[in-house]
Amino acid sequence: MEPLIRVSGLRYRYDEGIQALDGVDFSLYPGETVALFGPNGSGKTTFLLHLVGLLAGEGTVEVCGLPVEKKNLAAIRQKVGLLFQDSDDQLFMPTVFDDVAFGPLNLGLEKTAVERRVRECLAVVGMEGAAARAPYHLSAGEKRRVALAGVLAMEPQILILDEPVTFLDPPGRAALLSILHRLPQAKILVSHDIELARELATRAVFFSEGRVAASGPVDQIVERYRWG
Amino acid sequence: MHHVTLDTWSRLQSPLHRLDARAKIVAALAVLVSLALTHRAPPELLGGYGLLITALALASRVPLLGLLLRAGLVLPFALGVAALNLFGGDPGRAVALLGKSYLSAYMVLLLLATTPLHALLRGLEWFGAPRFFLMVAQFLYRYLFVLSEQAQHMRRARQCRAGGRSWPAAGSTVAVLFARSYDRAERIHRAMLARGFQGHFILLDPPAAGARELLFLVVLAAALGGLQLALWNR
Repeated sequence: MEPLIRVSGLRYRYDEGIQALDGVDFSLYPGETVALFGPNGSGKTTFLLHLVGLLAGEGTVEVCGLPVEKKNLAAIRQKVGLLFQDSDDQLFMPTVFDDVAFGPLNLGLEKTAVERRVRECLAVVGMEGAAARAPYHLSAGEKRRVALAGVLAMEPQILILDEPVTFLDPPGRAALLSILHRLPQAKILVSHDIELARELATRAVFFSEGRVAASGPVDQIVERYRWG
Repeated sequence: MHHVTLDTWSRLQSPLHRLDARAKIVAALAVLVSLALTHRAPPELLGGYGLLITALALASRVPLLGLLLRAGLVLPFALGVAALNLFGGDPGRAVALLGKSYLSAYMVLLLLATTPLHALLRGLEWFGAPRFFLMVAQFLYRYLFVLSEQAQHMRRARQCRAGGRSWPAAGSTVAVLFARSYDRAERIHRAMLARGFQGHFILLDPPAAGARELLFLVVLAAALGGLQLALWNR
């Protein structure tokens, strides 16, 4: 089976001289949910930004067979949906409808297709009635679900979830988890929440000093690195 | 999170709220121009304008007293010029100036209280206002509350450790807030790129204005015409 994401020998150094990634090798296969563990500053977020071409380091990054380079960025950003840690970063349009429609409009879809996608994606996350609301009127859990709808509206094959349950109360966390369980896409989950990883992930990868230090079942990685 | 009153009012439900933003912009402009053209406005004519705007305000179900009080915020600015006219021996003009300033603010407030900002900006864009400035206004409004919350959190954190007011501490808070805002702007830009943003905003066309808007503008034009005619016949 061909991997959806194939990364080999990825290196990246920030302008201030910090070597954030130092030879990352990684693959994601269809149907997988991979949890990325690792200490803060180990390069997880930097790695994720490479998968959608928001940063460009040395090495090979391929998404659905396409090298991550300028000419493929539009196609890759349609295939990979990135849910940011802070929903306020992601919900920048004045209404929920406009925000979910932002991606489909950038894809060049017609008005009726955009409206249909917005309706469907808001229904998937249980926010059908919120289309006319302003994002800053939503609770943290609602914001996260609307941000997810905005990502789903691109109809991605891969979902990248950066700390998806941070700042959510238990009901908000449960609602988001139930939605994530139902989504068929392959997922990369960055989280310090071990229980969340146990519930969602089929495999875990441990990042350390800009490298993938280990990969395996979630419990095995948690035990090996005393990450619980 | 707290919200500004106008924002809350702009999301009420009323016949005026349901009108297309473009019709309301035209209406507000018509009232402002009509007011500006009444050179020496007698008090009864200003009363006529006041009644007209109040009728619209009542139709909008926006709290009338709140609107009337907020419109008064313009008076201190108009008072100076009015005082010059008063001491210059032209009390009629001073009263007219105050009345016209107050009524203009009243009308603009009513427009803002019945139109969500995004709809207002879309309407202004339709009339040819530069999109860049409108987007800046939209982003500023969207993130003003987020910034204000961050500032409050930082102030509380400072108070917990230091207590009283300190100018150096306040200065460093502003600097940190600026740096955080810069970081947030970068993250927002990344979030936009991740969803296919290619340098320009694509928006769905607003639905066409219909008979309701036309009727509203005709009735308003008739009312303004009547007021101007009354002035002409004096």
